[in-house]
Amino acid sequence: MTQLALVIDLNVCVGCHACVTSCKEWNTSGVAGFLSDDRPYDRDPTGTFFNRVQTFEVGEYPDAQTVHFPKSCLHCEDPPCVPVCPTGASYKRAEDGIVLVDYDKCIGCKYCAWACPYGVREVDEHQKVMKKCTLCVDRIYDPALPEAERKPACVMACPTSARLYGDIHDPESVVSKAIREQGGYALMPEWGTQPANHYLPRRRTEMRIHKDELERADNPLKIDGLLPKPALKEPALDDVTSW
Amino acid sequence: MNPAFSVIFLTTLIGVGQGLFLALYAAELGSAFELVPPQDSRSFFALGAALALGFLAAGLAASFFHLGRPERAWRAAARWRTSWLSREVIVLPAFMAAVLCYGAAHYLGLPATLMTGAVASVLCLALFVCTGMIYACIKFLQEWATPLTVVNYLLLGCASGFAFATPMAAATGNGLVVPLAAGAVMLSLAAWATRAAALARNRRIKPKSTVQTAIGIKHPRIAQKAQGFMCGSFNTREFFHGRGGQAMSLVKWGFIVLAFPAPVALIAAGTALASVPLLSAAFITQYLGLIAERWYFFAQANHPQNLYYQAIS
Ligand code: SF4
Ligand code: SF4
Repeated sequence: MTQLALVIDLNVCVGCHACVTSCKEWNTSGVAGFLSDDRPYDRDPTGTFFNRVQTFEVGEYPDAQTVHFPKSCLHCEDPPCVPVCPTGASYKRAEDGIVLVDYDKCIGCKYCAWACPYGVREVDEHQKVMKKCTLCVDRIYDPALPEAERKPACVMACPTSARLYGDIHDPESVVSKAIREQGGYALMPEWGTQPANHYLPRRRTEMRIHKDELERADNPLKIDGLLPKPALKEPALDDVTSW
Repeated sequence: MNPAFSVIFLTTLIGVGQGLFLALYAAELGSAFELVPPQDSRSFFALGAALALGFLAAGLAASFFHLGRPERAWRAAARWRTSWLSREVIVLPAFMAAVLCYGAAHYLGLPATLMTGAVASVLCLALFVCTGMIYACIKFLQEWATPLTVVNYLLLGCASGFAFATPMAAATGNGLVVPLAAGAVMLSLAAWATRAAALARNRRIKPKSTVQTAIGIKHPRIAQKAQGFMCGSFNTREFFHGRGGQAMSLVKWGFIVLAFPAPVALIAAGTALASVPLLSAAFITQYLGLIAERWYFFAQANHPQNLYYQAIS
């Protein structure tokens, strides 16, 4: 079983919104039709997006951290949005675990959006159907693209490599390793949706220098770590203490 | 949630239609057991069935306004195995067909009206369950995720249907006014009790999701600083009703008064005075109350996605 997913490193995300614009650009240009915008250059603009970057302040000034938080469909392993769909337009692919909407079947009843606790489904106000992240299903399998570019547009765009992409069911994949080794976690675990996308927590970045990094452990000539002993006649800081 | 009037009218109108049909069938059963005087097939049962069908059709029509793509509505029957919405989409027309058969059988004087009515009653109850479960099955909408939701849809629909049947019986001048009025009063009082129970339950709800679980950071002080866009999106329009606490409590007390004690008093007075206008006023009052009740039902539900949309920037 394959479950493709994103792992988003909150320790690295700088909140530049490159993934948002790249996602919008790729997905508004695809065969599935545009992602409509209204009044983009006017008062009260609005539009359909698959991906949003939000910002939270954790703590209180001056002990505060700014956390940028990208949010898109998490491709839940047990997606509550799928069984409620009356038409079968919302479905989860068995082969790679991507949750998709069939725009030709959707009747725009919005019930699936009610049934997603994460608020990542958006109705397209012009096509009148439900839209959401497809994990760039039209990129990741495209043989016309070079192998290295068969990744979601947001992953390609991220300048800090905060977005990792891969199969979380393959224990050797980069995403599985990141989840395992860097404390990857799921959002709102209380609902049992088992989101496939994971987040990596903020980490304290410290410079740690161990003694053996300054002094060779075996110290063959026993000279590492010795203090300089200038000759009596040589100038020293206070001219006395070296002897 | 932001209440959608299409859904408010759908659920209240089919509730009246369902309750009206059950009132008719209860009257027919009662006369079969010689508890109430028998009624004329055409002027009471056929007319009543036609009116019930009218309410159901009006509700169905309202539901189309909720869809982005109404021309594809037929597709909604596909996933009845998993989706309560799909089940409702199947059961509603089936129930309408059964009510049509029931009315036609009475109109044409055909036998087996009791059997047809029994089938229609089963479909009617199934429809109440489907409608209620559409809301009750979403477990993270904690205000809705309770059996009380289904019970309330059932009792409120039945009460309003009996409240409609009472002036109808009075206008056609038959002997059912008192038993129907008694049914309407008892159902309204029962619905009052269960709706009040739901309100009391919802007052004590502790949201399972918090901003801490939403972004997965365990810190007691987290404040949103930007939601990713400056103006509205589907997520801010669909899930926020934007009314203040004062408006909410106005609607709440409005529906508590209009849907329960006011119609009960009007029905009692109308029955005592044998006044069709008073009995009609009772139904109209209760229906207005139910519109407010349904609005409040949606507005009160607090979706966990709202945790992600607390501050624009
Ligand atoms: S994040 Fe929401 S839309 Fe995506 S699979 Fe999970 S429940 Fe469905
Ligand atoms: S809006 Fe479309 S995808 Fe969502 S539940 Fe309705 S038909 Fe299914």
